[in-house]
Amino acid sequence: MPVERLLKDDATEEKGERARMASFVGAMAIADLVKTTLGPKGMDKILQSTGRGRNITVTNDGATILKSLHIDNPAAKVLVDISKVQDDEVGDGTTSVVVLAGELLREAEKLVAMKIHPMTIIAGYRMAVECARDALLRKAMDNKQDSEKFRSDLMNIAMTTLSSKILSQDKEYFAKLAVDAVLRLKGSTNLEAIQILKKPGGSLGDSFLDEGFILDKKIGVGQPKRIENAKILVANTAMDTDKVKIYGARVRVDSMSKVAEIEAAEKQKMREKVQKIIAHGINCFINRQLIYNFPEELFADAGILAIEHADFEGIERLALVTGGEIASTFDNPESVKLGHCKLIEEIMIGEDKLIKFSGVEMGQACTIVLRGASAHVLDEAERSLHDALCVLTQTVADSRVLLGGGWPEMLMAKEVDELARKTPGKRSHAIDAFSRALQAIPTIIADNAGLDSAELVSQLRAEHHKEGSNAGIDVITGGVGDMQKLGISESFKVKQAVLLSATEAAEMILRVDEIITCAPRRREDRM
Amino acid sequence: MALAFDEYGRPFIILKEQDRKSRLRGLDAQKANIAAGRAVARILRTSLGPKGMDKMLQSPDGDVIITNDGATILEQMDVDNQIAKLMVELSQSQDYEIGDGTTGVVVMAGSLLEQAEKLLERGIHPLRVAEGYEVASRIAFDHLEKISQKFEFSPDNIEPLVQTCMTTLSSKIVNRCKLALAEIAVKAVLAVADLERKDVNLDLIKVEGKVGGKLEDTELIYGIVVDKDMSHPQMPKRIEDAKIAILTCPFEPPKPKTKHKVDIDSVEKFQTLRDQERKYFDDMVQKCKDVGATLVICQWGFDDEANHLLMHRNLPAVRWVGGVELELIAIATGGRIVPRFQELSSEKLGRAGIVREKSFGTTKDRMLYIEQCANSRAVTIFIRGGNKMMIEETKRSLHDALCVARNLIRNNSIVYGGGSAEISCSVAVEAAADRHPGVEQYAIRSFAEALDAIPLALAENSGLPPIDTLTAVKAQQIKENNPFCGIDCNDVGTNDMKEQNVFETLIGKQQQILLATQVVKMILKIDDVISPSEY
Repeated sequence: MPVERLLKDDATEEKGERARMASFVGAMAIADLVKTTLGPKGMDKILQSTGRGRNITVTNDGATILKSLHIDNPAAKVLVDISKVQDDEVGDGTTSVVVLAGELLREAEKLVAMKIHPMTIIAGYRMAVECARDALLRKAMDNKQDSEKFRSDLMNIAMTTLSSKILSQDKEYFAKLAVDAVLRLKGSTNLEAIQILKKPGGSLGDSFLDEGFILDKKIGVGQPKRIENAKILVANTAMDTDKVKIYGARVRVDSMSKVAEIEAAEKQKMREKVQKIIAHGINCFINRQLIYNFPEELFADAGILAIEHADFEGIERLALVTGGEIASTFDNPESVKLGHCKLIEEIMIGEDKLIKFSGVEMGQACTIVLRGASAHVLDEAERSLHDALCVLTQTVADSRVLLGGGWPEMLMAKEVDELARKTPGKRSHAIDAFSRALQAIPTIIADNAGLDSAELVSQLRAEHHKEGSNAGIDVITGGVGDMQKLGISESFKVKQAVLLSATEAAEMILRVDEIITCAPRRREDRM
Repeated sequence: MALAFDEYGRPFIILKEQDRKSRLRGLDAQKANIAAGRAVARILRTSLGPKGMDKMLQSPDGDVIITNDGATILEQMDVDNQIAKLMVELSQSQDYEIGDGTTGVVVMAGSLLEQAEKLLERGIHPLRVAEGYEVASRIAFDHLEKISQKFEFSPDNIEPLVQTCMTTLSSKIVNRCKLALAEIAVKAVLAVADLERKDVNLDLIKVEGKVGGKLEDTELIYGIVVDKDMSHPQMPKRIEDAKIAILTCPFEPPKPKTKHKVDIDSVEKFQTLRDQERKYFDDMVQKCKDVGATLVICQWGFDDEANHLLMHRNLPAVRWVGGVELELIAIATGGRIVPRFQELSSEKLGRAGIVREKSFGTTKDRMLYIEQCANSRAVTIFIRGGNKMMIEETKRSLHDALCVARNLIRNNSIVYGGGSAEISCSVAVEAAADRHPGVEQYAIRSFAEALDAIPLALAENSGLPPIDTLTAVKAQQIKENNPFCGIDCNDVGTNDMKEQNVFETLIGKQQQILLATQVVKMILKIDDVISPSEY
């Protein structure tokens, strides 16, 4: 007797093979979508938002592409999720992780068709991933002691990361920018201290790293445009009308003269506040909130540079750079730490006036000013630079590096292959499949570059059977090259994260044998 | 639809809007109900055991959950059928009571229903079936007690506990690092357990997850982790020997609950008000400082001015800490939650050896670790994992493991897993059936058969020939008189679950049988289903 209405009306249920197929197909579709962006010759995608204005983003960044997609297939959502996590955690390799997971599932599908149980496949994949990770660990190089070499490692990594992005034209220049910026951080992974300013105009080559700090604000009227040996007070306080914060307070007067009196008192209060601030012995005052005309005038009279409405991050960074503290009360000037810098001046970038703080006390922060032809170019450049910065900071924290250009994948594939030969039982098929999935990555890189992938990958495999081979795909010349000589490197941490999360995601999808989709929540349709 | 007529032959309305309701009665109703119950059990059947598969569930809002936990699957499934809802509740009550075995209980109930259907077809009255089941469940319950073993452990010897938790975890996706997680779970439970009273308050164990990193990075922290950071970016990130003031009052101007107005009608008043306001902030911060606090944790927000004053007085502070977390912090640090600044005193401060802020990944994620607390009775399990679904699933799995460890501390009897307990009960019930006169004998025998469903499903999910395996194991149990023989799911090579170290808690198993029987009895008693028909 059939059961009627077990689930709610619009809910659907898919079981067994069908469920597995649905999730395989969905996951592979996502992987295929981003596949073409992989590698130095990968192509970009245009994304058009559905919101107002139909904004367009042109990007090569896997995480950005996937984030903007509206996906219905639950398995595809798993992949989107891992790419997002990869982005948050290590910042790069967002495409690779999705592609690898997709390849793992593609191989798994073939095995399932051969009537191998998903659990057996998972067992095989687990053994393979352990083996692959060990291989990576053994081959990783660590140049932490040798600062000269370490720097060149960083340069190589940055260049490799940037070579697949829009910045590849000037990758050397930008790699240097990024490495300089990261080395200034001295090991902290706090990317907030690196500020990226985007100003349309000029070409990408005009971008530069500024030692100091640039604030995208204008200097108040009638105030000095250039201050040497500045003493800076960074504040977060109301400089409009200082509200009475006690609840329920209100002004109630019975004559006009009283109003005038209170107004005067208010003015007096503001004047006192300004006096107090000036008494700190400063010549630059930066506030997060608005500064009204009246106090601004007072500051101008005292020859103090007052900057209003600096955004919150700007304030935090400024406090960080100049070594001052963010103040909100001004009663004891002796104990408030002021920030210092050698020179504050107004500079022009393109047509905009900006305020530059140079010679700051703490050299940890810096600003990268990006120039470029259009907002799209700038946005993409920022994302690319962000990727590079993330990878570099991670590498500074964990200084192990690997070669690039498909070298690690081939290396792992070789080890996993050997494991497959040694393993008895059905699991060996799965291990074999894992190795094939790993080899798919160099294949895709070669394909995207328009090279003969089958030829190249087989050459690579042969090379890797020699001890200590450094062979990888040299996309520029279109052949197999020595990655060490070409200076193509990748961060160990990124590769490991790609490997582990891709396997984890594939395993998760493989374990599913039933998909239950609940009825979509009814929304008030205003259309 | 049955209609009633009065003595003049006019139709007589019993139910309101009778014609718009559909109605099933008698055997049809029972069969429909049984079919619905079985349908639910069938969904869960493949999730049973170490080789069980997961289910992917998409919520009404489009979020995806991948899980193996019976209670979670059923809860998210959005079931419409009334009987199916009963099954959902069944698995939930197992979850509340025991915390583990939520899949098994539903599978068992489904199989009991299946057997009942056959009996009904033979014309046995449903209530007789229900009574027979009741008798049989008592027999099984007592038999479990008989075959259970006591199980010694002490805070120094946690190995047995770890083994049991590993059995629970092995059916989940996290089985890759089940040893590490089992150890974490056991240590966490022991840290908060009251071994004297044999009681464990699981509320003291906070399970916190953060996306990123590896599952292996999951750790147990003897203290509290709060997903917050210092209120001012320049406050120190590390405080040793912290004295913590735990406040539930905001660092903001007072807001009396009664409605009031402060009228300002002269310049003097304006000025005094201003002074008072400044003094008020100053007093608040000074008060905290005076009692010797070196860290302020507050449930509410701070005014900018107060924030700066705190910074200025070198008093780090955390704002917007949730109520539950605040309580945990209070328990862990031995402090008191203070609702008013006036009541702050030095003995009400909590103490912690170290408080530090830790940042993760490339984004601005920071968490506050409060460790080496005065009273280490509150612990946090901090889960890392590749993605959100993984973390959620790990949380659920750990919850199961924690419950198992707690149950063992409450009652250290265990039975062996791998279906061995069910097979043994089935044999015992079967034997008892023959001695029972009356129609119930059939029901008791059916109960024995229904118990076989769990080992059958286990064997099937592990890719073994189910009937072959089950009969072999059953024969072995009787021949060797060894109730510990079960299904060898992991292909280890032995059927003896004692050797394989596969345990389950006695109370968990007993509860499964009792709850499943109860629900089945309830479903069998229904003989009329009236529901509004579809429009």
